[in-house]
Amino acid sequence: MMENLFEYSFVVRSLLGALFASITAGIAGTYIVSKRLVFLSGGITHASFGGIGLGYFLGISPVLGAVVFGLGAALGMEYMSARGRMREDSAIGILWALGMAVGIIFIYLTPGYAPNLMSYLFGSILTVTYGDIIALGIISLVLIAYTALFYRTLLYISFDESYARTFTTHVDLFKYISVGLTGLAIVLNIRMAGVIMIIALLTIPANIVMLFTREYLRIIVLSTVVSFIAISAGFAVSWFINLPTGATIVTVLVLFWLTARAVRTLSRRRSSDKIKKSVT
Amino acid sequence: MSILFSIESLTAGYEDKVVLRDITMQVEENDFIGIIGPNGGGKTTLLKVILGLLKPFSGRVDFSPGNLRYNQIGYMPQVAQGDTLFPVTVEDVVLSGMMHGKGARGSMGRNDKKHAGEVMEQLGLTSLARQPLNELSGGQLQRVYLARAVSGSPRLLLLDEPATYVDTSFEADFYDRLRLLNERMTIMMVSHDVGMISSWVKSFACVNRSLFYHPHSKITEEDLRLYGCPIQLVTHGDVPHVVLHKHE
Repeated sequence: MMENLFEYSFVVRSLLGALFASITAGIAGTYIVSKRLVFLSGGITHASFGGIGLGYFLGISPVLGAVVFGLGAALGMEYMSARGRMREDSAIGILWALGMAVGIIFIYLTPGYAPNLMSYLFGSILTVTYGDIIALGIISLVLIAYTALFYRTLLYISFDESYARTFTTHVDLFKYISVGLTGLAIVLNIRMAGVIMIIALLTIPANIVMLFTREYLRIIVLSTVVSFIAISAGFAVSWFINLPTGATIVTVLVLFWLTARAVRTLSRRRSSDKIKKSVT
Repeated sequence: MSILFSIESLTAGYEDKVVLRDITMQVEENDFIGIIGPNGGGKTTLLKVILGLLKPFSGRVDFSPGNLRYNQIGYMPQVAQGDTLFPVTVEDVVLSGMMHGKGARGSMGRNDKKHAGEVMEQLGLTSLARQPLNELSGGQLQRVYLARAVSGSPRLLLLDEPATYVDTSFEADFYDRLRLLNERMTIMMVSHDVGMISSWVKSFACVNRSLFYHPHSKITEEDLRLYGCPIQLVTHGDVPHVVLHKHE
């Protein structure tokens, strides 16, 4: 009986986690991939590891520390690139390494053993609490509302910022909100996917979908679906054959991506064959 | 002819660098002005000030003579600006020209889409409406950006080097479209190619830190020298075009 209850709660947590992670991956991932912010996202993720270390050291929630550091890194980098005073990729590289360094130093200074450290690096559904799920659920809802309400404004600012400035004076405000929400979405997924592998969750689904369509809204919806399938499959596989969750999800995603590429190549070849036949 | 807007003692630039110094000009309604001048002379800066993207150091752009408003200006920037690999369709780009005055939500109704459809039809883009930008040719891209600039039915159309999207053989077609649009709106077009555009524009403005307005489409080398407007004259081999008029 106890075992059934535990399993039931675990399955519910996993599915909810997968759903919310997919929504964040769909919305934030499409934004990141379209705007070529993949490297920036890597910087945000790794910078937030400093917050995880600080959380351990202070005896508070490591996720809270990660949120503060991740959000700070996201907004700080947006601010620096807006002023154009710094080589952006260098700034990201520095923040990336600094975050990891600070995290490791704090964890080293924390007395005793940090038991969940590995789960933050590689992700684990086992350590995900209902609190984590609720936080992910909230950021998912906020992302959906934000995108639905301001869809065109956001699309046009992302596509051509200087043109957008000719019709709205709020370009900078929207950019800060977008980057801030993206940072939050990234950080809140760390528990499940892990610092090192979350980048795959944000980049691969959108890249798979963009092989077949280039309509922004469709990319969001379809990459959410792709993420959900991949994450659920990853959970199931990692559960049944006892593999690390994050690594399993990434492997599944890459397999999906390779398959999608093959499918597209074949379908293009077939349609060009048809054209050739109709010509002759 | 009535005045659409005027530029009064305008000085503008970036940080500590003055690019335009003490410019005064009156733009008449339905004029088609070719803005010419050397690189770095301030042609694009002038457009940015008119668009309100750049605040002048002193002087002002006065919209009151023709009751012009910012949302009545259409703008076609230079090539490199939009990211053509960004996942966005032709229709979406054309619709973005109608965002003025829509507020932060910028939702598009059925009438907006219908109007965008008409603009695309006029510019021969209907069959490309659902295409992403990365699958377009230079000439198609040029028409998409023109469609974006005119979809908001502007009274003033600002074009920054529109010809750089295509090779010269397609230019005439593009300028013909502009001439049609000029029946409905005032056009100011930055170009490096005086000879090419002189068949289409009605007047010239030479911008080289200062501005000289030349109210005819015929412009001589002597005029250019007088205006302090040293520009490289481009010849087009066999392509027929109006050569600079020599003094008779």
